[in-house]
Amino acid sequence: MSIDIAQFHQVFFEESFEGLEVMESSLLDLEIGQPDSEAINTIFRAAHSIKGGSGTFGFSAIGEFTHVLETLLDEMRNGTRDVTREAVDVLLLAVDSLREMLSAARDGADFDANAVAEVHAKLERQLAIGGSQGSPAATDAAATDAAAADAAEAAQPGGSGDWTVVFAPHPNLFATGNDPVRILRELRALGHSEIQADLSRLPEYAEFDPETSYARWTITLDGSVEECAIREVFEWVEDDADISLSRESRAAAPTSTASDSADSPATAVAAVPDAEERRAGEDRRSADRRAAGGNTAASSIRVDIGKVDSLINLVGELVITQSMLGQLDDPQTVDFEKLREGLAQLERNTRELQESVMRIRMLPISFSFNRFPRLVRDLSSKLGKEVELKIVGEQTELDKTVLEKIADPLVHLVRNALDHGIEKPDVRAEAGKPRCGTLTLAARHEGGNIVIEISDDGAGLDAEKLLAKARERGLVGADEVLSEERIHELIFHPGFSTAKELSDVSGRGVGMDVVKRNIKELGGVIELHSTFGAGSTIRIRLPLTLAILDGQLVRVGNQTYIVPLVSIVESLQVDPERVKSVVGAAELYRLRGEYIPIVRLYELFNIEPQSASLEDGLIVVVEGEGQRAGILIDELLGQQQVVIKSLETNYRKVDGISGATILGDGTVAMIMDAGGLIALNRTQPQGPIPSPKVKAA
Amino acid sequence: MDTSMNAQPIEMGIGDNVSDADQYLTFLLNGEEYGVDILRVQEIKGWMATTQIPNTPEYIRGVMNLRGAIVPIIDLRLRFNMPAIEYTATTVVIVLKVECEAGERTIGFVVDAVSDVYNVSGDQFKAAPDFGSHVHTDFIRALATVDDKMVILLDIDRLVGGDDVLNASGAQH
Repeated sequence: MSIDIAQFHQVFFEESFEGLEVMESSLLDLEIGQPDSEAINTIFRAAHSIKGGSGTFGFSAIGEFTHVLETLLDEMRNGTRDVTREAVDVLLLAVDSLREMLSAARDGADFDANAVAEVHAKLERQLAIGGSQGSPAATDAAATDAAAADAAEAAQPGGSGDWTVVFAPHPNLFATGNDPVRILRELRALGHSEIQADLSRLPEYAEFDPETSYARWTITLDGSVEECAIREVFEWVEDDADISLSRESRAAAPTSTASDSADSPATAVAAVPDAEERRAGEDRRSADRRAAGGNTAASSIRVDIGKVDSLINLVGELVITQSMLGQLDDPQTVDFEKLREGLAQLERNTRELQESVMRIRMLPISFSFNRFPRLVRDLSSKLGKEVELKIVGEQTELDKTVLEKIADPLVHLVRNALDHGIEKPDVRAEAGKPRCGTLTLAARHEGGNIVIEISDDGAGLDAEKLLAKARERGLVGADEVLSEERIHELIFHPGFSTAKELSDVSGRGVGMDVVKRNIKELGGVIELHSTFGAGSTIRIRLPLTLAILDGQLVRVGNQTYIVPLVSIVESLQVDPERVKSVVGAAELYRLRGEYIPIVRLYELFNIEPQSASLEDGLIVVVEGEGQRAGILIDELLGQQQVVIKSLETNYRKVDGISGATILGDGTVAMIMDAGGLIALNRTQPQGPIPSPKVKAA
Repeated sequence: MDTSMNAQPIEMGIGDNVSDADQYLTFLLNGEEYGVDILRVQEIKGWMATTQIPNTPEYIRGVMNLRGAIVPIIDLRLRFNMPAIEYTATTVVIVLKVECEAGERTIGFVVDAVSDVYNVSGDQFKAAPDFGSHVHTDFIRALATVDDKMVILLDIDRLVGGDDVLNASGAQH
């Protein structure tokens, strides 16, 4: 029976990346000198999972690398090694290397072996330094372990006598689907062996339970077999059996069993992995307990079982409602009251079901926020600043797609805040602020939106400097007067950077406009509030999901279109006085000192309007890609949430249209793309597209 | 919504040699009979109003909601430059699965009426003669004679794949 193990790769990668995140965040929480043993355990367990998984799936490089890491962690856990800042730094580096190796393994690419080797060497060096109170035995054990992993072909240092393996399965071994006979057979395949069964625990026949394992075995195995080969045989049963491994030549060292070795820090070489094994059980269980989800590029999603249960409940209710309605189908005795009640229930169920289904795609924003403690730590030490990061509302959920797309803009904003916002400790002290700056990342739901705020108590934006720079670059006329708000908005202008000198952190001036564009693409808005000297807050408002948008239904002729609410600035009745024309053609509308082009949608889309006169219609002022335009329509209909459907599935992209949706009456309505419309208006006017090359008679 | 489809006999009596014969659904277009591979047919719907797609040639009638999917509707008469007619009770939309470069698509075709389902075996196929430059025959798989009638068997993938409007990926301006 062969199982295609590759099918589990994705799960392994997802779990491993999650494990790395856990390691990273726990490492950041570690207090130097006073480590929390629970935190170290967590890190250790994550590392151990990755090691175990990579061994199973044959990613030996990852396994070897993690092994060294694990040894280091094990010593910290046992208290034989101090948690120093250097050690944490190296461990963080190791996490980075592991991430790189895992991504490379996932994508089938090569990782930078040199960089990894360098980190590997750093880890070894840490190991070699030893803890301040590290007992020689522990250091020795670690070194031996590392050597074994490093050079599998190298002979075991010291001792070449035969192995004695005591294999004592727990009574419930069979329940896990493991067969001791298979294990013994594999052991025998490794080399010459003698196996002795200890049947002393076998009960009377009457009490014998065929599903319980009673026997234990003592195996004497040829000394040329490597330890890791033996351990591999027991890999699947290490949680369900006591396994002890010892060597004859080391008979002086006590042949410890798993249960009593774990607590004594300085144990012989064989005992260290035993302790690991004991903990592996906890490890697996904790992996199960871990929160669902994963933000790797993989397109799978892990869903909280609670969400699935609520779906099942809702479907159950739907079935009940359906059967209740089904009982009403006798036209003689139809009870309208009941029918109405049933329909109301159906409506409620459907809505709840829709909400629940949408929730499946929702993940807590912590998946994105979790990377920031590390980023802030690294960056602030690089910049010589003291920064405290506060995270608020990390359980706020949003759509997975939005979550993935928001990650990069967020990183940029946080970097900006650290680089430009928060001042150096001395500057802060002079300004009468605490030396340590505060950066707050907050997320919350507001209506159908999610609001993410990045605020710092740093220097804030210097409006005068911004304005001067904008004037210098010709973005703002010399005599133009701008409100403070408008000045702040200048930083979203392409090619605008106020950093006095470039750093590799930020300051190339390609940032904020890209951020703004990304947010726009997600259908969101970004605002900036800043007080000079007191700090800045950037507020991002995003739709919860990309699958649904709030739309304004508008009618042009006999067609209904949907304008995304997020792109509407305002809607107004046309005042003929304010309509101006340029070279007798292009129409402009004067709106509070601004001239915006009027887009006659019926011309653009070649449809028959109800009225071509401006006075009869309404103008919907939309903003797209930084530009405004007034779209002439016949009538404003209602507002509603619409489910976005792609036109490209069966057709292709259409200019000025971002997609389509199905309205309540089953008809299709096009969703306007404000930016695309404005662009289309620039290249128009033009008549209907002529029929393409004639291909038929 | 109901069509004449169900009323049509499906000629698969005993003794018919169906082993190497493919089944074709035929429909009428300006008095000509066209056939498409029946396995491509998803469903046949009566004509109902569509939503226009802005700036498309006349033969693209718009899009329709097909159980939640947005399906473009093409008028084959107009596509083949035949005179347009008023849609009647027999006017139907044949929804076909089309394989093209971008993957599988679902497209509806408006035809005058559904005609019949035939078994056509390979030896009944006649290659379409070369009509010269004024008639494109790319999308004609073959001509077949069934019951003394000529049926034009369409290669629907080529018909769609060779259509610039359906395949343009970006702006046409």
